[in-house]
Amino acid sequence: MKTTAFIANLFNSSLFISDLSRVLLKAMKAAVLIQRWYRQYAARMEVRRRYTWNIFQSMEYADLQDQIKLYNFLGYLMDNFTPSSTERNLISHIFRENEVCRDAEWERYFSYNNITVPDIYSGPRLTFPLDMDQAAHLVEAFKNKQQLHSRYVLQLLLETWKLLRVLPNINRVSTCHSKEITICGDLHGQLEDLLLIFYKNGMPSLEKPYVFNGDYVDRGKDSIEILLILFAFLLVFPGDVYLNRGNHEDHIINLRYGFTKEVLNKYKLHGKRILKLLQKIFSWLPLVTVIDQRVLIVHGGISDTTDLALIARVDRHRYVSALRPPKKKTPSRTNVYADSERYDEMIICKNRRGSLTFPKPFGARESFQRRSLQDFSSTVARTLGEEFEVRRRQAEFSLSSFSKSHRILSSALSSDSEPESSEFTDTGNDEWKQILDLLWSDPMSHDGCIPNEVRGGGCYWGPDVTEGFLNRHNLQLIIRSHECKQDGYEFCHNRKVLTLFSASNYYEVGSNRGAFVRLGPDLVPYFVQYQATSMTRGLSFPQNVKRTEHTALKVLREQLFVHKSDLLSAFQEIDKENTGLICLNDWASAIERVLHLDLPWRVLHPQLVSSTTDGKLDYHGWFRDLALKKPSSEHIEQTMLETLYRHRSTLETIFRIVDTDNSGLITFEDFRQTLKLLSAYLKMEISDEVINELVISTDTNNDGSIDIDEFMEAFRLVDKSRLERGKSLLKLMQDNQSLPQETESPQTVYSTAPQTSQCPASQPADPPVSNTTDSACSQTANPPASQTGSLTEDCPASQTEDLCHISVVVPPQ
Amino acid sequence: MADKYSADTIITETQKRISNAFDVFDHESNKTVDVREIGTIIRSLGCFPSEADLHDIIAELEEEEPTGFVRYEKFLPTMTKILLERKFRPITEDLLLQAFEVLDQQKKGHLEPEELTKYLTQEGEPFTQEEMDEMLSAAVDPDKNVILYKDFFH
Repeated sequence: MKTTAFIANLFNSSLFISDLSRVLLKAMKAAVLIQRWYRQYAARMEVRRRYTWNIFQSMEYADLQDQIKLYNFLGYLMDNFTPSSTERNLISHIFRENEVCRDAEWERYFSYNNITVPDIYSGPRLTFPLDMDQAAHLVEAFKNKQQLHSRYVLQLLLETWKLLRVLPNINRVSTCHSKEITICGDLHGQLEDLLLIFYKNGMPSLEKPYVFNGDYVDRGKDSIEILLILFAFLLVFPGDVYLNRGNHEDHIINLRYGFTKEVLNKYKLHGKRILKLLQKIFSWLPLVTVIDQRVLIVHGGISDTTDLALIARVDRHRYVSALRPPKKKTPSRTNVYADSERYDEMIICKNRRGSLTFPKPFGARESFQRRSLQDFSSTVARTLGEEFEVRRRQAEFSLSSFSKSHRILSSALSSDSEPESSEFTDTGNDEWKQILDLLWSDPMSHDGCIPNEVRGGGCYWGPDVTEGFLNRHNLQLIIRSHECKQDGYEFCHNRKVLTLFSASNYYEVGSNRGAFVRLGPDLVPYFVQYQATSMTRGLSFPQNVKRTEHTALKVLREQLFVHKSDLLSAFQEIDKENTGLICLNDWASAIERVLHLDLPWRVLHPQLVSSTTDGKLDYHGWFRDLALKKPSSEHIEQTMLETLYRHRSTLETIFRIVDTDNSGLITFEDFRQTLKLLSAYLKMEISDEVINELVISTDTNNDGSIDIDEFMEAFRLVDKSRLERGKSLLKLMQDNQSLPQETESPQTVYSTAPQTSQCPASQPADPPVSNTTDSACSQTANPPASQTGSLTEDCPASQTEDLCHISVVVPPQ
Repeated sequence: MADKYSADTIITETQKRISNAFDVFDHESNKTVDVREIGTIIRSLGCFPSEADLHDIIAELEEEEPTGFVRYEKFLPTMTKILLERKFRPITEDLLLQAFEVLDQQKKGHLEPEELTKYLTQEGEPFTQEEMDEMLSAAVDPDKNVILYKDFFH
């Protein structure tokens, strides 16, 4: 405005006009130049953001492949070891149903009355029935990092279990009385995001109904707190809080993805009981929610055979885990299977006693098991051999959905002459598939319905299936979760399917936003997006991108290092003259051939390769750069280390399965057996000496047992698990910006991204917690002067101090 | 070691670069990208086109009946030509510094956020509010709350 006044004045003097127009022209040209330059810079940042996202998604894909590897490995065990072998018994227990008692007996097991709460306990003391104040108080307590005492945990869970048992499979909600319903997607143990949602949207109440769409646990570090909050509100407002089951509400999945570990760490004394009760609660969670008979809310999705009428009828609690077939219905059969379980149990007990160097103390669980043994020992219908045969078939069947090699087996099973098993497979199979489809499926862009081989369960369903399903059931929209979306939500199938994801920063801080959606009587979705920014305060947008990229690249370098042997072979195949050099094109194609990650390697190469001579890469030197330390023991081969590292999730999960009493310890013998099994499966030699070395090096308490956590730690991996992201991010910030070290955990800063316009109503202005401007990233810390240099070229990516390395520490003999 | 790269090698390398950049935005893996991402792709390959330049390029790349998508078969030859002819060269640092100095009429040595905003959202090929916010978040020195443009350059 000043300019126009200035111009108006100067028109009076023609002397200055030519100068003025020259000045204005110059200014305009300058502006264009700066805009051109900035847009180029922004485009480069955008591409980096994109391929960082691609990397994370590929890693997740690879991780899901790991899960399938686990299932295949378990299937391999079932196939290749005789029923009486101890190896198979190590893990067959997870395929057993041990719900042999009536609910009354379970209630006794879960009794909390004898748990005393010490006076010094300063957390919430719950009284039942709960009320709104107590629920709000619970939220506040968790916000302040308090932990609820196990007595109250058990009590709350028990009440929840009682309530869930009377709920139907299909929650039915109505938006009458002009109530807007809020729907949230995956939370995955990220308490920050739930708190952010409550901050922005208000807590659940009679006026504010909520639907939560599953996957409350695993990966994040506050899964149990999220569950306790959601269950508390469910108990206080049973008509206004609706919970759907997700695929992670499954105790076997929890063994792998961290929830089991979290509970056992937080509740050392009563963790096992809590987990057992949760196992039941998960199986009793409703499967889907329908709003106004128009909108379906389900965690995974649908298939071409999904039938809501059938879903309404199933006994949902029989489907305890995706990896466990349902028990049979008829009571007489129940007893028979109960017996077989007890026989299994007896054999296993005997064997395990044999393998124990030291007896394990009897926990509450074991004494309980022994009591039930006596109850049922009188009824014996089959010989031992027959029992094992049925057990074996059951186990094979349970894996048939997850392993290609077993698909033939399952069809063979269904046409079996034995009447019981075919009856079992027909109805059980059908219902089980329906539930798997609901919890595990993903949408795809082309028509049709194919098995979901990435996840190992459920299917990929196309727009035609959506169309058919909506028409058949007279619905207009499917809201599902299950997949992370960069902006927190995404439509597909002609806006008939909405994916909603509520865990922000899921892969890494800055990787994605979370979102929730509100539906009023008009059923038009209104979105709110957010990103928990407690870690990113003080970082600008480009720094955000860089930091996320840094993590992604680190993970990628790890993968490259882990596949060194295969990559080396691939390179040497191309470099026939053994020059040690390879051109970048060949480097890129070789990597893709080995890793199958489908990433833009040529775009990534400047970040992964620090220098080339004459356009060629010295690949031996490159591998040296990727590894900081060589394994400190010469005896343990590189390939073996690499392989173990690559399969570490599988290894850890199996250890936890073997650890039947959830003590966190396994015996030498079990450890040895497990490693040998894995090596046989991977067709890789692990000699006894190597295993012994590993065992000796990790048994620091010398009691003949190995601490699982310690063993995994022994790999000395610089591994960025999400549980540690806070620590490593802080370190990163310190390395890059010389920020003062924060001793207290930083206050969470909530900031909003602009909402997408689905609803004309504007959102009331929520002031952020701190005094910052309302932009996506606020700057309140004190970065050094180098921050303003962020618009210039970036420093070379390879910094040796934070590259990954693998080493196994073996003490000198 | 004289002529390491024949013309063919250069063309192949160039085309592979283009293919990779294209793939990053090919979300459905069907060799098409949203036309609105063309600018980002071209810039990511090192070019500095203006918005007007992009407008012309997109007109060339679109189908007779615009679908909102650009196919790889059309993009590749156009982009190859752009790269081999070295069109839309980078802006030299001197020129850029001069541009900032022009905007800094009072010769303060820095720019106020409001000043920069006024120019870049009203003059030339104006920024959207979002673009402006992003640039400010990257460029403003939080202590002094000004843009120390001289620090952008070596």
